[in-house]
Amino acid sequence: MTNTDYIKFEFPSRSVNESFARAAVASFAARLDPTLEELADIKTAVSEAVTNCIVHAYPGVLGTIWLRARIIDESTFEITVRDTGVGIPDVKKAREPMYTTGGDDRSGMGFTIMESFMDKVKVRSVEGKGTSVTMTRRIVRRTSAV
Amino acid sequence: MKIYTAENDGFLKLSFTGELDHHGAKTAMKTIDGLIDDALPRNLIMDLSELNFMDSSGIALILRVSRRMSDIGGKAWVENPLGQPLRVLNASGIDRVVKVFEKAR
Ligand SMILES: Nc1ncnc2c1ncn2[C@@H]1O[C@H](COP(=O)(O)OP(=O)(O)OP(=O)(O)O)[C@@H](O)[C@H]1O
Ligand SMILES: [Mg+2]
Repeated sequence: MTNTDYIKFEFPSRSVNESFARAAVASFAARLDPTLEELADIKTAVSEAVTNCIVHAYPGVLGTIWLRARIIDESTFEITVRDTGVGIPDVKKAREPMYTTGGDDRSGMGFTIMESFMDKVKVRSVEGKGTSVTMTRRIVRRTSAV
Repeated sequence: MKIYTAENDGFLKLSFTGELDHHGAKTAMKTIDGLIDDALPRNLIMDLSELNFMDSSGIALILRVSRRMSDIGGKAWVENPLGQPLRVLNASGIDRVVKVFEKAR
């Protein structure tokens, strides 16, 4: 299972694709037999990371968003969302609650929500090159594998 | 994302349905601005009982609606969030700024 259980896709940074990205990752994650609550948590984190690419990484332009979801073992799910947009000058500051460069349309709570809905959130960013956000989430095993 | 409305004696109730993300919030805010302009309510209720999904774009929308209402001298609050939307509201700490009633008043 390890290393081979993944999906990878890319899409243009149009907001209409947000719901597709959430649904695609959730239907792949269903393989781990998650609870509805665990699935909703994963969808939330995907939505936050993808929206950040659309709004911040590629402001006013279209770019490409890469998404990979991976089953690391029977109880660990990993998602990576990557862009080649503007990058984040100060990641530590960007992760603080209510920090936003997005003005009135944003609340600055995206990273805070990702952190509270996932177990681990890793952000790598280079100004002018892009950003990648990798998040892992433990899925509680409820049934034994057949 | 669809919004149903009911208006009664200075109260405007907005019932959000479906999924409220960045894509949906863009048009929802315009719709809500129009509804507030028309009704000029004193109290605005955002009912989330039929909302299945929301992310931080929903938080920003609720904050904006609430600010808009205080600009016209009114009040806004949230009622009946369930499941995922309730967890997002809690994680965001929005209840320090906008009242959230887990049951309708
Ligand atoms: N992919 C990205 N590319 C460039 N900048 C980003 C990216 N993701 C986040 N940022 C920066 O980090 C800040 C904080 O992000 P976060 O998601 O926490 O809040 P927000 O997007 O501003 O608001 P919200 O998510 O509540 O709508 C953003 O305002 C932006 O400056
Ligand atoms: Mg965000």
